[in-house]
Amino acid sequence: MNNNNNKARLLQGNEACVQGALYAGAEFFAGYPITPSTEVAEGMSRELPKVGGKFIQMEDEIASMAAIIGASNAGCKSMTATSGPGFSLMQENIGYAYITETPCVIINVQRGGPSTGLPTKIAQSDIMQARWGTHGDYTAVVLAPSTVKECFEEVVRAFNLAERFRTPVVVLTDEVLGHMREMMEIPEPGEINVIRRHKPDVPHDWYKHFEITPSFVSSMASFGEGYRYNVTGLIHDQEGFPTANPVEIKEKLDKLRLKIDRFADEIYKIRTDMMDDAHIAILSFGTVSRSARQAIKMARDKRIKIGAIQLLTLWPFPDAKLREMLSGVRKVIVAELNMGQLVNEVKRIAPRHTEVHELQRYDGEVMAPQQILDKIREVK
Amino acid sequence: MDKIAHGSDVTHHYLRPKKKFPNVWCAGCGNGIVMGALIRSIDRLNLDKDKVVVVSGIGCSSRMPVYLDFNTLHTTHGRALAFATGVKVAKPDLKVIVITGDGDALAIGGNHFIHACRRNIDITTILINNKIYGMTGGQFAPTTPGGSFATTAPYGNYEKQFDAVKLAIGSGASYVSRGTVYHVQQLEKLIEGGLNKRGFSLVDVYSNCHTYYGRFNKEGDAVKMLEWFKKHAMPIEAARKLPPEKMVDKFVTGLIHETDATEFCQEYDMLLDRLGVKKEVAK
Repeated sequence: MNNNNNKARLLQGNEACVQGALYAGAEFFAGYPITPSTEVAEGMSRELPKVGGKFIQMEDEIASMAAIIGASNAGCKSMTATSGPGFSLMQENIGYAYITETPCVIINVQRGGPSTGLPTKIAQSDIMQARWGTHGDYTAVVLAPSTVKECFEEVVRAFNLAERFRTPVVVLTDEVLGHMREMMEIPEPGEINVIRRHKPDVPHDWYKHFEITPSFVSSMASFGEGYRYNVTGLIHDQEGFPTANPVEIKEKLDKLRLKIDRFADEIYKIRTDMMDDAHIAILSFGTVSRSARQAIKMARDKRIKIGAIQLLTLWPFPDAKLREMLSGVRKVIVAELNMGQLVNEVKRIAPRHTEVHELQRYDGEVMAPQQILDKIREVK
Repeated sequence: MDKIAHGSDVTHHYLRPKKKFPNVWCAGCGNGIVMGALIRSIDRLNLDKDKVVVVSGIGCSSRMPVYLDFNTLHTTHGRALAFATGVKVAKPDLKVIVITGDGDALAIGGNHFIHACRRNIDITTILINNKIYGMTGGQFAPTTPGGSFATTAPYGNYEKQFDAVKLAIGSGASYVSRGTVYHVQQLEKLIEGGLNKRGFSLVDVYSNCHTYYGRFNKEGDAVKMLEWFKKHAMPIEAARKLPPEKMVDKFVTGLIHETDATEFCQEYDMLLDRLGVKKEVAK
């Protein structure tokens, strides 16, 4: 971090999410106050009107999710932010965003659960909810930053992926990351590529809102542009009309999966530290990755050959890529702030010769580097 | 004869030709009458089809948008007004209409309903009120009168009834009206008035579900139920002159409440003006 640079700003993780959204061209935000995500809504209420964008505080999280989907269909880049209980309430309409292929971004600043749980304390226990929270089959895109700068970058990336693939994208941060302050430099416009959904280039009568294209991603017209399409949460044909035809049903569900799976290599994002000669790897995401980076330095001082793998894309899960990385180590320690969610995915894909060890904490506290170091000593 | 042919031309102009009719509604259902009234109101106002967005939730009435040749959004149960709010705030130049039922708007969507009224956001809401859950097979709704029968009220309904009109007035809507599927010309005028109003407008339309409500409560077929509306409706102008005892078995119709409160998007525009921001409609 270059602290001498006068463009550097001291930002909270939640504030960096706001800055990332503005950089990505967010035009609409709907939300409902909830700890520890509220600063995102506050920031958007302050900043969006200044650039002619729209901010609305809705009556609950169900309505917030509904409003951003409505706004996205009207052509706006849209976002909401929430935490545990609010994320639960949003699941109904997140499903609607999946089936209607509506681009939008949902930030979940994780806190402890279940239910009201721990409003002011950290957890990483919404990994599976972010993947499977709403009913039915679909493919989720979920990103997870670990620093303030990554909050900014991952929110920009979330907008880009949402717009490109016409899908909701979830960004999982957490209470500590949301409230911690770090220096970061906001990139100049153009430094990070910003994507907008592909608009149809066919005459109105030819347009199909859910057309099955070679990439499985359809162009997207907005309400008011003359295309007059239908959007429904019922399984629909390519024109958006409800269908009970088994062929069309399967086509639709395959489309939801394939448009992500076919481009998964471009969605995966993994950061590695000191993995070249490592015998042991610490695998983590979010705030825990910060402790992991510190822990491997401490272990390296003790001549333990260890490295760290940080997942910035949690879903789609990078099966093949991770398997390849893990084939080079004897042991992997999966460190997470929950009762064991990520570790099961790692066990599913780990090569047979790689031992998978679990390290969990779920008492509302961060995982200290020392705790990881102790685990390293135990398994090495 | 000419008049009917003309009416049919108008109707076809606003229906989706490629959509497979027949519709999902029972023969004699009031939903079709409301759809016809809506189409004629829109035609009379000469609204641009491209600029009309029809949003609905879940239920029999909420299946209406799929037949209509506008921008249409068939959403989740009870949430139509929340989706519609997003559309309207994002693009205030669009004419946003919500089609909802009594269960959709007043039970699962009750919270969204009162807050849309409170914001006085420019959405025309047509609440097709048949006093029962039709699509799921005749369960009691928040609008089912006490003592009425439904599949989940086999011994008679022991709950109290919601009055959508009073609820909307109390919540801040600036145009609140009630019509019926019998009084079609009045209904068209009420919808037209709602579409013209800049603010939240409600048209609470009493409609018939003879398939369930009528059958369970021995109110007869569609025609019998329409006759009931005819007999018991009292226009607001006349109702105001009547003593309460003469209104006991009557319900009030017409434009019941109107104010000129500022509308939500108008307020937001004024905010942008105060901030000195150039307003831009989303691309």
